[in-house]
Amino acid sequence: MRRLRALAASVASVPVTLFGLVLITFVIGRVVPIDPVVAIVGDHAPPQVIARVRLELGLDRPLPVQFVIYVNRLLHGDLGRSVMTSHRVTTDIAHYFPATIELATAAILIALAVGIPLGVFAAAKGGSRFDHFVRVISVGGQSVPVFVLGMIFLLVFYVKLGIAPGTGQQDVLFEGMVPRVTGMHIIDAALSGQWDAVQDGLAHLALPALVLGYFSLGYITRMTRAYMLDALHSEHIITARSKGLSAARVLWVHAFGNVAVGLVTVIALAYANLLSGAVLTETVFSWPGLGMYLTVSLLNADMNAVLGATLVVGVVYVGLNLLADVAYRLLDPRVR
Amino acid sequence: MSDSALRSWLLSDTPDSRRQAAWGRAYRSWLRFRVNPLGMAGLVIVVALLIASLAAPLLAVQSPDVQHLTLRLAPPSAAHWFGTDELGRDLYSRVLYGGRITLGMVLTVVVLVTPIGLVVGALAGYLGGMADRILMRITDIFLSIPQLILALAFVAALKPGVTSAVIAIALTSWPPIARLARADALTIRGTDFVAAIGITGASRMRIVFRHILPLCLPSVIVRITLDMSGIILTAAGLGFLGMGAQPPTPEWGTMIAATRGYILQQWWVPTIPGIAILFASLAFNLLGDGLRDVLDPKQT
Repeated sequence: MRRLRALAASVASVPVTLFGLVLITFVIGRVVPIDPVVAIVGDHAPPQVIARVRLELGLDRPLPVQFVIYVNRLLHGDLGRSVMTSHRVTTDIAHYFPATIELATAAILIALAVGIPLGVFAAAKGGSRFDHFVRVISVGGQSVPVFVLGMIFLLVFYVKLGIAPGTGQQDVLFEGMVPRVTGMHIIDAALSGQWDAVQDGLAHLALPALVLGYFSLGYITRMTRAYMLDALHSEHIITARSKGLSAARVLWVHAFGNVAVGLVTVIALAYANLLSGAVLTETVFSWPGLGMYLTVSLLNADMNAVLGATLVVGVVYVGLNLLADVAYRLLDPRVR
Repeated sequence: MSDSALRSWLLSDTPDSRRQAAWGRAYRSWLRFRVNPLGMAGLVIVVALLIASLAAPLLAVQSPDVQHLTLRLAPPSAAHWFGTDELGRDLYSRVLYGGRITLGMVLTVVVLVTPIGLVVGALAGYLGGMADRILMRITDIFLSIPQLILALAFVAALKPGVTSAVIAIALTSWPPIARLARADALTIRGTDFVAAIGITGASRMRIVFRHILPLCLPSVIVRITLDMSGIILTAAGLGFLGMGAQPPTPEWGTMIAATRGYILQQWWVPTIPGIAILFASLAFNLLGDGLRDVLDPKQT
């Protein structure tokens, strides 16, 4: 019962957080030195046009009223129009977000496939040379600037060795060939049965996903190691060992089995943190995702687009954090 | 005082004064820290970076802004250790001066953020109830957007530049510290010694500022050292996206953004500032890791 109440409390706090998030974007939008009216109609518009647009946008009203209008529009799914693309910001985000999901998912899969075994073995051989090696690898992942790593990967694997394709999501050859269904290029290519396009998409995905994956590898490895060390020092492990079970079975079934639940939380948080790294990785690899949309909008002072993207990232982030919290409380019977 | 006398004074089991006890504790921590090779490596790099930045005018071979257009994009040589950039400026001198900007930004953020985080966290944890709920809600709101993205939105609203970047990073850096300080304050609040101080008539503010805050410090110091690496990466990322320091300021991220087009032919021009960022951020991570083992072994 207490568990459910704690769960309800963490769910109930979400609307308050979201409200704060909206308030932050509203305040940022209002302190911008760029006049939103001029941004829409241009520098040379006649004064009566400027006055009309100002009225239409409700900018003559007091700030609290403007905030209510802003929230009301948000609730109707209206993030305004992008000055740069002249589309609705929601349309733009729906267009660019799937590419980011594709990239982030590939990255987290790589990070898990490498990070969990590294963390488990590092804990099993705590204090050994291998443990130190893993520590250096994971600290490296948390220290290396993703945009530098991305550039170096492009230089080495694309320019020098020629084993990876260049930037972007696909080869020009496949431009416009894959019908858009989910927006995730590789899945769409597979759905339309174009296996050469799938192969090409995977090849383009490899470098940015590796770069971004290394970024979260450090966190996942370090948390796996910490949890495993904890588990390996508990009494049921001694029991399992004294029963004569094989080392592998003790490690993976008895110790890791208890750790896996805690890792769900870690994975959700790591996925959420990938969103920051995605901005920089997408810029380096010209990956047509939300991060690139955000930076291009920033450079064009397209505030509707910037705030819309910020808000969407914030909502996803809050959602993933909530998921982490709920998963932890529901799956782990020790949390009471 | 001779060396051995100093040592026994520091390691004494029966210190005569608070000062001796404090120094003794610090010395014991140092003895434990000293045997951690990775932590020591971090400390050495951090100190080296600090010295190099402070002494940049002495160490640099020329002003970071002097251009030699005939010597553009020269490879590393005896005259230009790291080569020259797209305007013929000496990269070695620019990287040195860049250290001043990066470390200056990091230190400013830390100075701004630590007291805020500590006070908010300790107050929330000690006072509890409504105050706790309100303060933690505000903290959660700032934690609800990834740091780089919130900083980007702030900088876009202000005006790209070092000052805006520092404000933006500071606005997004205090919440984790507040969280941590609150957790510590919650534990300390229930201890007997706090109850005893309360009975002697100490005011609530005195308890928070004189007795609870100092005890939150070790874990906060560890957290901040580790965060410094994140601050360096965010500052460089802002610079790289054109939202941080503006050219011709020799900020590392900005330098990479200005020269990333040369990666194919003159790869060292954008790579060298990249290595500088890596070293700085790695150093703080290693130092923080080492400090954690000594000061706050429970933290993961």
